[in-house]
Amino acid sequence: MRGVKKRFGATQALGGVDLVVAPGEVHALLGQNGAGKSTLMKVLSGAERPDAGEMRIDGDAYAPADPQAARRAGVAMIYQELSLAPHLTVTENILLGVEPVRRGLLDRAAMRDRAARALAELQHPTIRPDAVAGALPIAAQQIVEIARAVAVGCRVLVLDEPTSSLAQADAEALFALIARLRAQGHAIIYITHFIEEAQRLADRFTVLRDGQSVGGGPMAAATVPEIVDLMVGRRVEQLYPRGARTRGAPLLEVTDLAGAPKPIRASFALHRGEVLGIAGLVGAGRTELLRALAGLDPIVSGRVKLGAYSGSATPSLRWAQGMALVSENRKEEGLALGLSVADNLTLSKLPALVRPSALRPLTARWIAELDVRCQGPDQPIGELSGGNQQKIAIARLLHHGVDVLLLDEPTRGIDVASKAQIYDLIDGLVTRESPPKAVLMVSSYLPELLGVCDRIAVMCRGRLGPARPASAWTEASLVHEAALGSDTDSEAA
Amino acid sequence: MSAQSHREVHVDSTTPIDNRGAPAPRAGLARRLWSSPVLRKNLGAAAGLLAVFILFTVLLAITRGLSFADPDNLETILRQTTIVAVAALGATIVIVSGGIDLSVGAVIALATVVIAGLLHAGAPPALAALGGLAAGLACGALNGLLVTRLRVVPFIVTLGTMLLVRGVAKGLAHDQKIDAPTSWLNELLARLPASRAWLLFPAGVWLLFLLAFAVGGLLLYTRLGRHIFAVGSNEQAARLCGIPVPRVKLAVYLLGGFLAGAAGLMQFSRLTVGDPTGANGLELNVIAAVVIGGGSLSGGEGSVTGALIGALIMQTLQSGCSQMGWPNWVQEIVTGAIIVAAVALDRFRHRRTA
Repeated sequence: MRGVKKRFGATQALGGVDLVVAPGEVHALLGQNGAGKSTLMKVLSGAERPDAGEMRIDGDAYAPADPQAARRAGVAMIYQELSLAPHLTVTENILLGVEPVRRGLLDRAAMRDRAARALAELQHPTIRPDAVAGALPIAAQQIVEIARAVAVGCRVLVLDEPTSSLAQADAEALFALIARLRAQGHAIIYITHFIEEAQRLADRFTVLRDGQSVGGGPMAAATVPEIVDLMVGRRVEQLYPRGARTRGAPLLEVTDLAGAPKPIRASFALHRGEVLGIAGLVGAGRTELLRALAGLDPIVSGRVKLGAYSGSATPSLRWAQGMALVSENRKEEGLALGLSVADNLTLSKLPALVRPSALRPLTARWIAELDVRCQGPDQPIGELSGGNQQKIAIARLLHHGVDVLLLDEPTRGIDVASKAQIYDLIDGLVTRESPPKAVLMVSSYLPELLGVCDRIAVMCRGRLGPARPASAWTEASLVHEAALGSDTDSEAA
Repeated sequence: MSAQSHREVHVDSTTPIDNRGAPAPRAGLARRLWSSPVLRKNLGAAAGLLAVFILFTVLLAITRGLSFADPDNLETILRQTTIVAVAALGATIVIVSGGIDLSVGAVIALATVVIAGLLHAGAPPALAALGGLAAGLACGALNGLLVTRLRVVPFIVTLGTMLLVRGVAKGLAHDQKIDAPTSWLNELLARLPASRAWLLFPAGVWLLFLLAFAVGGLLLYTRLGRHIFAVGSNEQAARLCGIPVPRVKLAVYLLGGFLAGAAGLMQFSRLTVGDPTGANGLELNVIAAVVIGGGSLSGGEGSVTGALIGALIMQTLQSGCSQMGWPNWVQEIVTGAIIVAAVALDRFRHRRTA
């Protein structure tokens, strides 16, 4: 790709992107949200046409009219949100759109054969071609999507944040698969936020910022700080600010909490003026713990004491008691995307009679305070970037005036600059507020946990280990305990 | 209470934070009107209504020398719109909440049967009218309880209650129309006598305006109304925010049933009999009115103004077609085309602004 440009109205989404990927190479495409990665993907996949610039595959001009044409030319996309038809079988999904036909009828035998061959090529013969796609685990669904690309003989494979929904072990398997595809001579473009992942996998990299390719080269020659600087465009001085924190009285005390089916057992105390982190693998039961605390999932046994209140409660009661959750899933659970910024912010705390004109200045205050980039309180929140949506999701709790904030993956899918703002915001909650608030934070991104939290506990298979000071942990020890459980736990068991 | 109150914050709430794409500020009333979301959102539907109206005015003037814009004719259209419009108010609430109510036609029929039955048995008209509203409310309660307790999707629940309620109406009426003695209920939608021309519209039309204001106010200016939008836009997020989702849904179907009952009262007023087979398929006209007015069947969108305009568009079409002397089948084709065109246009507008 050379000098590819695309503009939408007044916004220059892509302002000259150069990208060269060789066969047998894994090329990492790095950049913050809004840097133009997804627009570039759309241009590559034929969903959007570039305004200028040219693309070539093996020297031939490549100008796909639509995604089907791109697929025929050998360019395949694996999107972050998987695009399988959940009710169809694995075979039907793999050959969707390219079904072999004999005498006007589907050639079922040939379909099964080609699907099985594609799966074998990926060394995943255990996935049954007749299985219904929606019933497979996410990792297997992803393999099916890759098989779909392989089955039509793709030469360029584009993966968008492929590990974002995978557990550690599945991610490892995916990395191995990518290595095999590289060895077979596929050109692979790997889009990610995680510089560490790019360093493990990629041969070369390109950084996008504001729709331009701003740097790149051999992966081995670049250091993490260099890449971060390229992505942000300025030096990130202090990603994890830390004010003077004073631990106050315990606000939330949880004893032997169990939900259905998770968590199995969780005990901890959360104090005023501290950030308590919970590490663990995806599926360990961390989200379920937060949901049970917020009253969203039933509590089977155990005790929850929140300030003066104890016992289980409904979500609305929890809000009233001063504890609420920011969901890990902004789009499906956290926000009502069709409604305005003001509606989303004030949803939990509306007077019986609502005056929209009174909500606007209220909302504008939070917009200014959290530096939310938007047109104003009336703009539908779905039009904002992920980072700005997340700021509103957190502002909802602040507007309501809760004391205990349950944050589930608070920086998932948002850009580095917004991350830094959210870290600063969290630090402000426990240092600059009076009285200081208490934050319980679940995250899969270990540097973030180590940087933001005062204490960290690890959850493994539904059991929460003891909380230790953040300084007592390293990334390695967190990973170890997440995979194997805590020592004290195994003694107890 | 703020997280970072040490920071100096200066906000002028009238200035957009980021001015891109915001309309250029214009002084005075025009700007206030333009920035009013009610007006802006319904501009498309209103333009559609105007277009249909002008079309028939011109067509009728040229071909038959009739005046479509005649005040008498306008009043007639308004009176004829009332039944669908009242029911559409209820359907707006239901559709904004992300639900659907297919039982509206059957509930209207049941209400006419109850009213006529009560009048026939000698009840005073006011009591009979209340009986019709209560029947609507009961149907709404049934829908709401089934939706929230059984957790079956509203489409299926109300498909079931559509048949169920229709059956009850037929049973109550012993499968025939119930005649009722004439009372003031019949004047609700009748043309005004000259002696009371100062009222401008008959009482039923005024009742429609009153209900429209009430429902519009409920949706925009009350907590329940905002909760209904939130449940329709994202039920999960609503629950996360502590909104009692089942209670909101129950309220939605109760209101929908009540307004269907009120539409039944209007229907009775026009027919002067209780007809258990009447208003057949009316629910589809009602849903069409909401959708033409910008309501989204996936929830979270819709407005009272839009629904009223939608109902007016359909009635204007019908009136226009029949005054042109076009047969019924032409009307049906035109109405069908308008529904699809209106929604397609709306989607197109959405895509452009997104």
